[in-house]
Amino acid sequence: MTRLLTMDAPDERNRLDAMAQGVIGKPLDRPDGPAKTTGTAKYAAEYNIPGCVEGVLVTAAISKGRVASIDDSSVMSMPGVIAVIADERMTARSAQGGAGKSPVRQIDRVEYWGQPVALVVAESFEQARDAAKHLRIEYQADEDAIVDQHDADAPVEPYGDPVVQGDLGHVMKQAAFAVDVTYTTECHNSAPMEPHASIAEWDGDKLTVHTSLQMIKYNVKEMADALGLSTEKVRLLSPYVGGGFGSKLGVSVEGAAAAVAAIKLKRPVRVVLLRQQVFQCVMRRSETTQRLRLAADKDGRLIGFGHEAKVSNLPDEDFAEPVTQASEFLYPGKNRTLRVDLARIHLVTAGSVRAPGEAVGMQCLESAMDELANQIGIDPVELRLRNIPERHPSKDIPYSSRKLAECLRDGAKRFGWSADRKPAQLRDGEWWIGTGMATACRVHNLNEAQARVTLRADGTAEVASDMTDIGTGTYAVLSQIAGEMLGLDIKDVSVKLGDSNFPPGAGSGGSWGAPSTGSAVFVACEAIRAELAKRLGCTETELTLRDGFATAGNRRVALTDVLSGDHFEEVGHFKAGKITDAFSAAMYGAFFAEVGVNAYTGEVRVRRFQGTFGFGRPLNAKTATSQCMGGMVWGIGSALTEDLVFDKRNGHIVNPDLAEYHLPVNLDVPKLDVVLLDERDPAASPLQAKGVGELGICGAAGAICNAIYHASGVRVRSYPITPDKVLAELPEP
Amino acid sequence: MRPFLYSRADGLDHAVQLAREGARPIAGGTNLLDLMKLQIEAPERLVDINRLPLGGIEPDGEGVRIGALVSNSACAADERIRRDYPVLSRAILAGATFQLRNKATTAGNLCQRTRCYYFYNIDTPCNKRRPGSGCSAIGGFNRIHAILGTSDACIATYPGDMAVALAALNAQVEITTAQGRKRHVPVRGFHRLPGDTPEKDNVLEPGDMITAVALPPPAGGRQIYRKVRERSSYAFALVSIAAVVRMEGGKIAAASLAFGGLAHKPWHDPRIDELLAGAMPSDALADKAADLLLEGAQGYGDNDFKIPLARRALKAVLREATGDAA
Amino acid sequence: MPLTINGTERTFDGDPRTTLLDYLRRDCNLTGTKKGCDHGQCGACTVLINGQRINSCLTLAVMHDGDAITTIEGLGDPQNMHPLQAAFVRHDGYQCGYCTPGQICSAKAMLDEAALGWPSFVTPDITGEVRLTRDEIAERMSGNLCRCGAYSNIVDAIVEIMEAQR
Repeated sequence: MTRLLTMDAPDERNRLDAMAQGVIGKPLDRPDGPAKTTGTAKYAAEYNIPGCVEGVLVTAAISKGRVASIDDSSVMSMPGVIAVIADERMTARSAQGGAGKSPVRQIDRVEYWGQPVALVVAESFEQARDAAKHLRIEYQADEDAIVDQHDADAPVEPYGDPVVQGDLGHVMKQAAFAVDVTYTTECHNSAPMEPHASIAEWDGDKLTVHTSLQMIKYNVKEMADALGLSTEKVRLLSPYVGGGFGSKLGVSVEGAAAAVAAIKLKRPVRVVLLRQQVFQCVMRRSETTQRLRLAADKDGRLIGFGHEAKVSNLPDEDFAEPVTQASEFLYPGKNRTLRVDLARIHLVTAGSVRAPGEAVGMQCLESAMDELANQIGIDPVELRLRNIPERHPSKDIPYSSRKLAECLRDGAKRFGWSADRKPAQLRDGEWWIGTGMATACRVHNLNEAQARVTLRADGTAEVASDMTDIGTGTYAVLSQIAGEMLGLDIKDVSVKLGDSNFPPGAGSGGSWGAPSTGSAVFVACEAIRAELAKRLGCTETELTLRDGFATAGNRRVALTDVLSGDHFEEVGHFKAGKITDAFSAAMYGAFFAEVGVNAYTGEVRVRRFQGTFGFGRPLNAKTATSQCMGGMVWGIGSALTEDLVFDKRNGHIVNPDLAEYHLPVNLDVPKLDVVLLDERDPAASPLQAKGVGELGICGAAGAICNAIYHASGVRVRSYPITPDKVLAELPEP
Repeated sequence: MRPFLYSRADGLDHAVQLAREGARPIAGGTNLLDLMKLQIEAPERLVDINRLPLGGIEPDGEGVRIGALVSNSACAADERIRRDYPVLSRAILAGATFQLRNKATTAGNLCQRTRCYYFYNIDTPCNKRRPGSGCSAIGGFNRIHAILGTSDACIATYPGDMAVALAALNAQVEITTAQGRKRHVPVRGFHRLPGDTPEKDNVLEPGDMITAVALPPPAGGRQIYRKVRERSSYAFALVSIAAVVRMEGGKIAAASLAFGGLAHKPWHDPRIDELLAGAMPSDALADKAADLLLEGAQGYGDNDFKIPLARRALKAVLREATGDAA
Repeated sequence: MPLTINGTERTFDGDPRTTLLDYLRRDCNLTGTKKGCDHGQCGACTVLINGQRINSCLTLAVMHDGDAITTIEGLGDPQNMHPLQAAFVRHDGYQCGYCTPGQICSAKAMLDEAALGWPSFVTPDITGEVRLTRDEIAERMSGNLCRCGAYSNIVDAIVEIMEAQR
């Protein structure tokens, strides 16, 4: 049976808090932990399939043009080489998140440096990689490729509908205080530790692919569309995903290549992207140029708010980094201008990278807010507190539960925040010491989701969905939701994920995975509870389930006895209905950072980093805390080191590896302090929960930027804040 | 990787013979295999020298002799090195990671090739990788590149840390030649400037094998290795300084400084050591030293910052080396 | 001479280009050791050779006869976890799990290195005794990247085991 819940209004019933098991929200260990820590969890490339051969993609060494010819004979005589494949079903780019259709195929038309143009298949990996390097390809290069968004010839178009209210230009001139600054951020790479990988098997009729993707229900459609198959003929399996961060939202280039090869060769084919290719042909986060205009009255209340960004993408890609997403509702200001312009250039696809929009939008906004606070001469915490709007400033709708003020106050107290903001006052040996803060904000998203819950005759339960766990804690939180609703220890709840044969979940993206798929599990469990209640002759709300026993009135019966050999299977189907337009729903928080800035060298080290967050009900306090910490580590990277550099002459990536694209290392990260506020948001989901996978990055780098200013008096408006940029303004030591 | 013939040397003579015939010695392999996977290096024959008796850190007169195959980890952790040549320990510990240092060897580290982005990308011109093809770093992105001793053909840097300390210590490289003879080359003269033959990183001739590094008697004094980088660990130096400074009665009695991240070789300028010897430490003195260091410095755009950075880092190092607080 | 992997003797006679990492993953079906970058830049492939941690992607299988290799599978299994594996679970010292085997192998060797008195770049006095502060642990674990950002919890897990060993 399927039960559908369409959420049109806040769910005030708060059913989870009425349950008795007491596992929801608890900081329980992940059920997948022992498999991951012992190396027995199998990732996409790790299936030992007899007869499997190895494919390595060949990528373009021009930015734009055509493949004139591919000389197969240049490699076919090399030992072990089986085939050179350049097929119209292969994809030239990754699919955007939620595309549900094939990305651009046309691998013979090169649109960016690093685009796949062929696949070489050989008996062994070494043979395939060697041959891939030797494949002779003639290109017909176009000389007109524009690879820099600042190139005057780059076509620029507005993206989406700009928000224009009142007259921002006018209030900027009239306001008691006004800040008009431009910040920039560079391109980022998701860099999941597991490179994108697929093993494709073709049985003559059906395709099975072990792969590493985030949103299976869309990925099946994307893969089927690319290959010209019906979706029933495509099965995808992603039970473990070694990190995604947006880069595995859509099928990536190795998937269709492996599938085409498997179909042609009638052998299983494994294709794993080389680490350089993860940089070259998956996704980048666009570079951004952001002009921020903030106008405040004499009390520090915003009367004008402007956030205008320029980003880039390939021609005919639908995605533009939604830089102003949180700016639409976070702060007031009647006079508003928000817009995103999109430059069309020939660099690898720009797409979703952890928290598209807010990740880079918030860090610039929050730095500009710091500049405004300094200009006014008030505590930046106080500036934020004075600027929490009562209703959405453009849509005039109410906010759902919002703990921003509590996060700011509690975080400041816990951190030991000082309102004295005079810069360059404290020195510890060679290091200038300072503190900074920023607001965290990320829009709440929901997606349609289904999950199947089976309560077996033995009193254990199984949850199944094509939903994925990309490190987010899905295995844990779904077992906790089902355990809470059905009164089971989570050891008695097994969760099966990442198989397209299971009901379609929400997928992992936009922080919506847990609240959406979790709601589907919740709905299925409600249906099972109703069946149990029927057998016990009570209503569902009169039924108490705990530790494998059902209690109704004075009767306490073992679940196995209630079931008496039967099992209940229900598919929960959750849809966000009118609720999404009725409220402005988002996750909030506050960051507080202490940094050291080396007075001689301009090196920056984060010494303390605190985050306090409110995102509705935490479903598992341990995994939610980890998600926040992870986001803050991304914030450190975004603030200080991460910079995907493209050669301005021809658009190739200068640093396509982990030696020169600098992810934060362990020593870059101090002991992180994360506090989760207990909150319920009835408008967010029937779980009263929102998402937490992205919140921790949204604004984090701004706190570090502001701390650098407070420490040293140097305001760098160009991320990442590397020593060279700090040095340029640093006084003599 | 290109296919290659693999053989294991059963003695130094055997290794030298194979090397003379064109085989590439492989020890730790941490740099060579990286480059072979990218086909920047494509030796047809590898000779595995790991089981040759070239390990061990032994007294050598009043100095110390470090075998070519001593791992970076073992060298940095050796009690004598830590006590008598702390700048060497610190420099090694500043480079790479424990995993890499456990494999990387003394000789291999000296021969480490540049990290120039364009050297690493076989689809772009690079005179070091393909002589005569051009230098993509000039006019390209050159944040990590050299400001001293560059040429129109190459602006790559030598990326290592250990050799910078060895240059400050004035160590000698012991080389067994293809003819089986031994020769010694000071570390300060081991690496080359690029000139118009940037494909040659150092003075090794075909068939030459490094068999040891000899350290002179301990210099004492305060020994510092300062490495500037944006990431706090596991990153190559933007600028690094190895300093050995001995103070007497408030004056600098002797000093030896070497610099990394600035040139195609660990940079040592004897005029700086001469300037410092016998002088009273001061910021003005540090500036004079920096003037000498940066006399011919040339930025290429993205690396212009290395000029002020080197000056400031030098000031920090001299303050630390000569101050009471350090 | 055979090489020993987790106590089992094996003989390598494949393509000399085969890295130890690929040999473990493909030929030995020991996929707990991960390939993250294949260039010694991430640490996901960390294994122990004769007790020392190394990047298995930057060494050739053919070079290791006679060596004793320990991979994550040699430390424990889900029913019988090594104390470090259990501590990583308790402290949530992982998220996606892909860097995790490398982190744990690295942590194991790191504690042994510290016990031998090996200094690190952040050791204040390299001639003195090694005290494993948080900074020391973080520096010594910096050869293992974790994109999920579990570093703070990884250090917590190691601190717990270190204190238990005392």
